[in-house]
Amino acid sequence: MTPLPALVLLPVLGGAIAWLADRSRTRPEQPPPVAWLITLITLILETALLLAETFRQSPDPGPWLDHFSRPWIPPLGIDVRLDMDGLSLSLLWLTLILSLPCVLLATRQIRTRPGLFHFLFLATISGVTGTFLATDLFLFFFFWELMLVPMFVLILIWGHEDRHRAAMKFFLFTQGSGLLLLLSILGLAITHFRETGFLTFNYFTLAATPLSPALSMVLMLGFFIPFAVKLPVIPVHVWLPDAHTQAPTAASVLLAGILLKTGGYGMIRFNIMLFPEAAAHFAPVALSLGVAGILYGAWMSCQQNDIKRLIAYSSISHLGFVLTGIFSGSQAGMQGAIIQMLAHGLSTGALFLIAGSLQDRMHTRDMTRIGGLWATMPRLSGAGVFFAVASLGMPGLGNFAGEFLVLFATWRVSPPLAILAATGLVLAAIYALKLVNGIFLAPAAPAPSPTKDVPTPQIAILGSLMIFLVILGLYPRPFIAASAPSPPSVVTGKGEPNHAHP
Amino acid sequence: MTELLLPLTVLAPLAAAVILFLSAGRLPARQAGPLATAAVGLSAIISTLLAVIVLSAPPSAPIRITLWNWMTLPGFPAEIAFALDPLSLLMILIVTIVGFLIHLYAIRYMQNDPDTARFFGSMTLFVAAMLVLVLSSDLLCLFIGWEGVGLCSWLLIGFWYTDPANTAAARKAFLITRTGDAALLCGLLLLATRTGTLRIDTLLQAVTSGQIPPAPLTAVALLLLTGALAKSAQIPFQSWLPDAMAGPTPTSALIHAATMVTAGIYLIARLHVLFAATPAVMTLMAVIGTLTLLMAACNALVQTDLKRILAWSTVSQLGYMFLALGTGIWQAALFHLMTHAFFKALLFLTAGAIIERVRHERNIFHMGGLLRATPGLAAAFLTGAAALAGLPLITAGFYSKELILSSVWQATFPVGGGLALSGHVLWSLALAGAFLTTLYIFRCFFIVFSGPPQTEISGTTPRLMTIPLACLSLLSLLGGIVEMPDTLAPVHLFTRMLDPSHPLPHTSDPAWLLLAGALTPIAGLALAWTLWGSANPVIREAPVPTPGAHRVLTARTVESRWRPGIVPDALFLRPLRILNRIGRYDLPDRLSDSISRALCRASTLAAQTRTSLIAHLSSRTLRITREGSLLLGRMQNGRVRWYAAWIATGLCATLAAAMLA
Repeated sequence: MTPLPALVLLPVLGGAIAWLADRSRTRPEQPPPVAWLITLITLILETALLLAETFRQSPDPGPWLDHFSRPWIPPLGIDVRLDMDGLSLSLLWLTLILSLPCVLLATRQIRTRPGLFHFLFLATISGVTGTFLATDLFLFFFFWELMLVPMFVLILIWGHEDRHRAAMKFFLFTQGSGLLLLLSILGLAITHFRETGFLTFNYFTLAATPLSPALSMVLMLGFFIPFAVKLPVIPVHVWLPDAHTQAPTAASVLLAGILLKTGGYGMIRFNIMLFPEAAAHFAPVALSLGVAGILYGAWMSCQQNDIKRLIAYSSISHLGFVLTGIFSGSQAGMQGAIIQMLAHGLSTGALFLIAGSLQDRMHTRDMTRIGGLWATMPRLSGAGVFFAVASLGMPGLGNFAGEFLVLFATWRVSPPLAILAATGLVLAAIYALKLVNGIFLAPAAPAPSPTKDVPTPQIAILGSLMIFLVILGLYPRPFIAASAPSPPSVVTGKGEPNHAHP
Repeated sequence: MTELLLPLTVLAPLAAAVILFLSAGRLPARQAGPLATAAVGLSAIISTLLAVIVLSAPPSAPIRITLWNWMTLPGFPAEIAFALDPLSLLMILIVTIVGFLIHLYAIRYMQNDPDTARFFGSMTLFVAAMLVLVLSSDLLCLFIGWEGVGLCSWLLIGFWYTDPANTAAARKAFLITRTGDAALLCGLLLLATRTGTLRIDTLLQAVTSGQIPPAPLTAVALLLLTGALAKSAQIPFQSWLPDAMAGPTPTSALIHAATMVTAGIYLIARLHVLFAATPAVMTLMAVIGTLTLLMAACNALVQTDLKRILAWSTVSQLGYMFLALGTGIWQAALFHLMTHAFFKALLFLTAGAIIERVRHERNIFHMGGLLRATPGLAAAFLTGAAALAGLPLITAGFYSKELILSSVWQATFPVGGGLALSGHVLWSLALAGAFLTTLYIFRCFFIVFSGPPQTEISGTTPRLMTIPLACLSLLSLLGGIVEMPDTLAPVHLFTRMLDPSHPLPHTSDPAWLLLAGALTPIAGLALAWTLWGSANPVIREAPVPTPGAHRVLTARTVESRWRPGIVPDALFLRPLRILNRIGRYDLPDRLSDSISRALCRASTLAAQTRTSLIAHLSSRTLRITREGSLLLGRMQNGRVRWYAAWIATGLCATLAAAMLA
């Protein structure tokens, strides 16, 4: 019995229990809240499950590690179909590695309706897990939408001052582009039906659909646009700065650390794997968009005075490298993009955690009002400096490994683009140093500094993220080897349903 | 044995840095300093051991160890690998020994600072990064150290972060060097895609076997040169180094004089085979070096801040090294690098001790007459100044500068198209630079130490600070005897050690060349004495009895007239500022905002129209209904006569209609 469906269902079930437990309590409770405890237990169980899955003997020797398939709506050819390869596995690990610190550091203080908060939080994680695993396109779309709605509510209820506008923006952009995704999926399935007379949403079967170049390009773009909104690619990044800034800390971390990665994952899994020729034709445009994103995001980031907004724009810059790497058309670029996704998740997630704990203590995110934190909070400031330095692409830390591989791959395609992308590294230094010299190593500022540093356990959690980044930066080889995406054509497992080949 | 010792050199300071940063300020200053110093000292002992092992054995292939595979790509391996050859041996000796002396000095210098752990953490991290830089046998691994030293430099320049000017200077230094780093990275990418490796020995073989066509090779050389120029503060990147003096003085001594700024020299010396294949780039390098050394010497001549004088002097001396590299005698550049590390560290540390004694006053015109109060410091400063000026025979600076000058005289610099620049031109310019060097450093010496006292002098210099000064003084005087001109004595230990297979061609230099090189500093000294030193100095730039405000004014006008960074600032910064200002608006965001606002307004409008239409309609309907009902109600008034009349009228009307139809 494969644990894949359990991996998807466990968080949302745990969340439901947490919600019920929180509703059924009678009197105001002592911290820690029961919902928080249940969430923590759920995540620990999920980790154990993933650990078991990681070290499980793969049922077949191919690059796909595990399969699960049950019919869901047979008349329409829709299955519950989950498959895992190295790419999904590494992104699942990233999800867990980030959501645990989130719960440990940021969600414990939630006072308003903690049960609902944790349910939505876990539901988002379920959606993300499903997105990373689903290989039935209809199911993929289902999970894609599932992760948006709870996130929307999280921003809407627990967000900061301008949350309504930010939540609406987020919802409109992602949902609107999601419609395009549904249309493309239907288009692909119907084309396959016309060609073979057999209706299915199976990823592996659809991968073999014969497509005319024009249709292939149209469908590829239909897949590309929703992923580009999610990644985000300029000019459809507009929702991101607002959503990241206004979201509560835990949601910011989830958004930046994991949800954005679903865009990159989708591009690798669908754009590149399903439509390789169309993607290759489209590559020059995508590369230019990627490099434009690198420069534009960094440029915007240099201008921000809001800590979270600065980090949000820097994400756009980092994910420009991901887009560039994915469409560089070489293995090095793809590997670089994946390493960059992992490293960006860790460094930016940690920066959002730090920004969140600063906001909890100082009730402001304005860099002109915060300053001189090193004197009062040396440990948190040290962590802040570390992650800011990681985010500027210091060699030896994770981001540089990703960026170098992407630059290396881009240089082979087009040296001028690579030079422009390398200029992004200089801009990255500007915003990262602005962040550090604006709040941590900075003159004291009007907002009263907190007198106490964050407690040791919290620093230990941030410290473990630092260690991950150092390992990723200095010894990325095992991650490169383990996280390689598998092409759809090599499925040989016995989990393959028979009706796939009528 | 050596395989084990080599990583340990790096590991010791790295471990100290990790411990110091993890302590997060809880480690008392009394322990932080000694811990860091012990780590660097351990590193120095290991380096010395390695030197003994390597030099006692017959010259052989360099010791290599591959620690692990960093990234493996199809057709491109990158390794974390170290190699120890004479060049890197020399560098690790300089870094660890000078670094150790500076750490020793810093224990007392920094002991009253509340943030000692951060200071020593950054310093030891710097030493580790610098060692990675000079030991790496893979250029990508070298890049780790290259960026790491830049990072530590930023941390240390902005160490006293409560003054925004300091953090601004730190950011300026990091950003300018990072621009060069980006160029260097592009050069590495070009090399990696062309040759499929960044291992230095494989690369150089590929270059000598002509695997890279000339055009890309020149591009690579130019990109690497840009990186080196930015790191070593040469034209056009020079403006960050003087500002970097905002950091604590031990930092200035270690990073901005002895080691980090020489990383550019090291890189080019390490890849000298590659640069030798591109003569035009070599000429460019020599010309930039010459221009920098002259420009920086002129700047140093008009500064009033003691540390800025030394900073400009560093830029100038680095110019000499670039001139030597451009001439192709990289051994001479390294010889000067070594002696410069000794005497410039000495000058900075002495300057730090002086500044501490005069209550953190850095303007030399507010000092004066310190000779009597601090004879020891005066002697140390004099030693450093003499070595910097290259006073003949007794100082190390003389031998290293002489080696560069005599080689430049004989060289020719191809410009392209069959034309060549004669070495004589650059030689005379470099000699003029040597004259200016003597002039500015002795101007500084005389103003600070002779004349009437201007300020109170407090305290004493602790023993722990004087020991490093004494060691460095000794090295500044005697460090040069390992290599001498043939005219004096045929001692060539240094160049033999660096490159046993290719000793420098020692053609018979004319004796007057040596004489010119020896007399120039003496002439400069004499002029400096008459201008500033004698009992009735010709020039007293800042008049003595004027109040403080006026003095500051004088100093500032001199400063602003000689703003060295002003050209690049106007060239680079203004467009950047404009870009910055535009960057306040995220245009797509604005667009989507205005679209949403327009949509919002349109929908409000539509809603208003709708509501008003509906309201209008409903009110009309209401009125019609009401009036209709009134009318109907009036008809049903219950009077039989009215009903009968209605019936009759209706009947008539129907009959009439039927008849007429």
